Amino acid sequence: MGLLSDPNRRRALISMLTRLNAPICMLCYCAGVCWFMGLAFEPFTLRTYMSENAMGSTMVEERFPAGERALATAREFAAHKKKVGGMPVDWLVKTMQARGLEVFTQSFSRVLPFPDENKERYIVKGTNVYGILRAPRAPRTEALVLSAPCSPGDNNNQAVGLLLGLAHYFRNQIYWAKDIIFLVNEHDLIGMQAWLEGYHHTNTTGMKWTPLQGRGGSIQAALSLELSSDVITSLDIVLEGLNGQLPNLDLANLFYAFCQKIGVLCTIQGRLQRNDWDSVSGYSHAVQTMMLMVMKQASGRPWGDHGLFLRYHIEAATISGINSFRQYKTDLTTTGRLVEGMYRKLNNLLERLHQSYFFYLMPSLTHFVSIGYYMPAFGLLAVILLLRALDLWVQLVAPPARTEDGIAEIEQQSSPGVRSVLTPLIISHLTGAALYLMPVHFQEMAVEHFPVSETEAVVLTAIAVYTAGLALPHNTHRLVSGEGTEQGWRVLKLVAVLYLAVLLGCTALINFSLGFILALTMVPVAAFVTPDVPKVLSAIVFVILSPACTLLFSVFLFQELQDMPVSLQDGWMLYISVISQGILDHYLFGSLVYPLIALMVYPCWLLFWNILFWK
Amino acid sequence: HELWEAVLPLIVLLCGGGQLKDDFQEELVIRPLHSGDIYASFHFRTLWETDFMKGNKVSHYRLFPKSLGQVISKFSVRELHISFTQGYWRTMQWGQPYLPSPPGAELWVWFQDTVTDVDATWKELTNVLSGIFCASLNFIDSTNTVQPSASFKPLGIANVTDHRFLRYATLPREIVCTENLTPWKKLLPCGSKAGLAVLLKSEKLFHSSFHSQAVHIRPMCQDSQCKTPSWELRQTLNVVFDLHTSGQGKQEWSLFKMFSRTLTEACPLASSSKIYIDITDNPQVGEQFELIPATPLLRQAVVLGDRRTFSVYDLTQQVTFGTVRSLNLLIRWKSTEGHMLRPLLHAERYVAGYGLQTGEIHTLMYNNHPFRSFSVLLLDSVPWYLRLYIHTLTVTSKGKDNKPSYIHYQPSKDRIRPHLLEMLVQLPPHSVTEVTVQFERALLKWTEYTPDPNHGFYVGSSVISALVPSTVAMDTNNTQERTLFSSL
Repeated sequence: MGLLSDPNRRRALISMLTRLNAPICMLCYCAGVCWFMGLAFEPFTLRTYMSENAMGSTMVEERFPAGERALATAREFAAHKKKVGGMPVDWLVKTMQARGLEVFTQSFSRVLPFPDENKERYIVKGTNVYGILRAPRAPRTEALVLSAPCSPGDNNNQAVGLLLGLAHYFRNQIYWAKDIIFLVNEHDLIGMQAWLEGYHHTNTTGMKWTPLQGRGGSIQAALSLELSSDVITSLDIVLEGLNGQLPNLDLANLFYAFCQKIGVLCTIQGRLQRNDWDSVSGYSHAVQTMMLMVMKQASGRPWGDHGLFLRYHIEAATISGINSFRQYKTDLTTTGRLVEGMYRKLNNLLERLHQSYFFYLMPSLTHFVSIGYYMPAFGLLAVILLLRALDLWVQLVAPPARTEDGIAEIEQQSSPGVRSVLTPLIISHLTGAALYLMPVHFQEMAVEHFPVSETEAVVLTAIAVYTAGLALPHNTHRLVSGEGTEQGWRVLKLVAVLYLAVLLGCTALINFSLGFILALTMVPVAAFVTPDVPKVLSAIVFVILSPACTLLFSVFLFQELQDMPVSLQDGWMLYISVISQGILDHYLFGSLVYPLIALMVYPCWLLFWNILFWK
Repeated sequence: HELWEAVLPLIVLLCGGGQLKDDFQEELVIRPLHSGDIYASFHFRTLWETDFMKGNKVSHYRLFPKSLGQVISKFSVRELHISFTQGYWRTMQWGQPYLPSPPGAELWVWFQDTVTDVDATWKELTNVLSGIFCASLNFIDSTNTVQPSASFKPLGIANVTDHRFLRYATLPREIVCTENLTPWKKLLPCGSKAGLAVLLKSEKLFHSSFHSQAVHIRPMCQDSQCKTPSWELRQTLNVVFDLHTSGQGKQEWSLFKMFSRTLTEACPLASSSKIYIDITDNPQVGEQFELIPATPLLRQAVVLGDRRTFSVYDLTQQVTFGTVRSLNLLIRWKSTEGHMLRPLLHAERYVAGYGLQTGEIHTLMYNNHPFRSFSVLLLDSVPWYLRLYIHTLTVTSKGKDNKPSYIHYQPSKDRIRPHLLEMLVQLPPHSVTEVTVQFERALLKWTEYTPDPNHGFYVGSSVISALVPSTVAMDTNNTQERTLFSSL
């Protein structure tokens, strides 16, 4: 206890920390990376288990018999979809009414900030159709949602067929305690966003929608179905939602439990379970699965229609059917029974899902890494920043303590110091603001002057602003505050290091994956930058470790992990589309990754860039 | 011997003197609904020409249940209305109910003006009723009791309209089941042994979409001069059966299928025992549904401002039971159209927003009348742990601000009393009126959470009272205007 209060020991400790600062930092970095890689090693992780009593011990029977009929409905739906050339609203309304549901529609429209070239849409108009199965003798206070997107082409017809089949079957059962809402949403996420905003009567993204006529109380859980084939070989569960939010782990446990019970192959990240954890290939399989989850989570995108529910504290997941070349096939009846089982257990819930974890990583469906296990990996990286800050602080404070008249000196030095810190701070943040605002607001001008499409214009503007930012600050700060002093860059670096520590710390609390990936690339730069290192070499390292390049590498790595490696050319195209999707996600659904990078991370990185070119 | 002789005339005297008129009627109203569901509404009415008040010691009970009679005299109750409901009345599909009631338990009582400490009497009364009805009414305390200033006018003859003597409380989380049905049935003169009450079998009644049972006690007038006071006890039980879950594909209903019993006799103590079938939507025999056995007796009545026609089966007539000595009414659907009804007035309420810090209560009131506007009284009682920001209260109709002509707001006190908000709002014809008010969730002490805190908290229903012209109750010949209660 006396370690810090005793001045002698404190001095000793501090001098040790400053003397061994660089090796300790290196050690921490290596330890952090190793810790993270160790998370996928099975003996270090926990087995998943059902925490919620209401879903664990109560047995339910699955009796859904009508897979064939659901398929017939799916074909009928497909025919009507083709005839109408979009969502067959009238047919859906009639079909749902015939199944005894209360049916309502909601129309919505949205003009995208710029055309979405991936999905070829700009002005989006659509209609959501939903039917509510009212639980008998329930006061309309709780609801469950089962949704299936009405996708273009021949996709997802079977999901809608199964949804209608389940609606018909569920309607004839007496045991429901919560209303069940069957939702068919058009234009996938945009429709879902409109419906959720309408349901909760909020408007976060400036979308136009008609108010909902029927509601079912607070939604406890939701599943989104994606099935595009009559038979499937395995079912995949998608958990990652908007801003890296995840549903309660019990929802994944529930899915896994029913897959086991019914005997359906189940995957996460499209990857099957392996039992050979002790072999190298088994371990690398687990690492790859976990890395996929980390990268998906870090992207902050909703990876399925479920992703938007999470904002409203509704536990949701997407279940998609995969049809590969395996021998063993599962028909729609079995899939229906699985969904039925899950809904019956969710129906038994007394309370919202809250018993299990909300923050976790999954190296496989049977194992998970909880927040307590993965946070140290980030903590080890973050501590480097604090150590560097301590070191800088000591360096700044120590010299005047030795001389008698040092106090007067430091006062003289620090008054230009404030200006020399503030100027780059302001300039870099203004650059960040430009990066945030200019791409979307100047797209028309860009399209007029250059022969590019709107989407390309937006992305290329962003890249241009980003690169211009590299040239701008280190030239201007000298004009404003004159030649940088030795003390000046130290103060600036202290501020920047602490800023980065707070920024990454907050990010990691909300979205661990994003925080970790950013820390992985930015911490080495932040720790070891001084104006005295060789300029050209460090500048190259700097650019390689900048947020934009991190994204570029992530794109390639992600493709590699998904066993879909791309060429440089395709990778670049993908990179552009990823940036445009990121910007669209922000404007359409309120994803925070783009503003975070543009307004905070990039300016923070510019500060370090500034230090590099201080002299 | 001498002693007996002395006592005997006394008894005769007592009987003679206490022979006050009492009367029991029972009715079952069945309304086939558009959705294919069926609505059965039981009404049992005991009328007793007596006076519990003015220090009268009433000790001889015949038809009127003694337990309730004692409650009335001990607590000086003027009017008592209690309902237990499991489910939600789907106005959009089913139209208006004969007597609306909110999910859970609802209790409202008018006390006599002789009561000095209303709150203490109310507390005691709720505890006694809790025992009588086997319900958690003892959880009614000051935090969920309000004194409405304008809603809940007395339904019987009333010379008291001082709202100090009115108390209203709801328990939205109360679950209603057989344990509440049994004591309710015991209040009937025939119990569940004879008459319509034999149909009240819990295994069928709770296999339904909606179940609501209520007890209403009020003072009545026997004649136009209102010289002799009398008390009316009305017990109602409303139940809606679902075609889909119990129909098993066949579109027909019968008494046996609904209640797993048939009728063989009326309650011998009843002066009238009838079954009414609403055939208004079936003008030509067998157009929408077929009724077996058919009856020549028809009766017209105006219910909830709507003229309706009923087929009547009189159970006191032996003819009704036919040769098999048992009545099993059968309704066979010819066509069911699941189209939505557009009732004149209906309402819904929901919470908007997300996150813990913000929320907004939206109440939507629909007036579907093409040219008539209605003024309605909206009563909201919100628990204290939702902090209402009353300055954010907005009332809009057709996109325009709709200023309520009367607002009564009583702010909550933490852990003591709930918010009470009453408004008189004019609903323009063919419009939706939206009332919104923002709230914040208060921080609770850890002991104040309910047993399953993640289940959430219940907020009682709003009450909307509308003045609707020519509203006539089913079985009274009352033609004066009366409030119709529509609860959410």
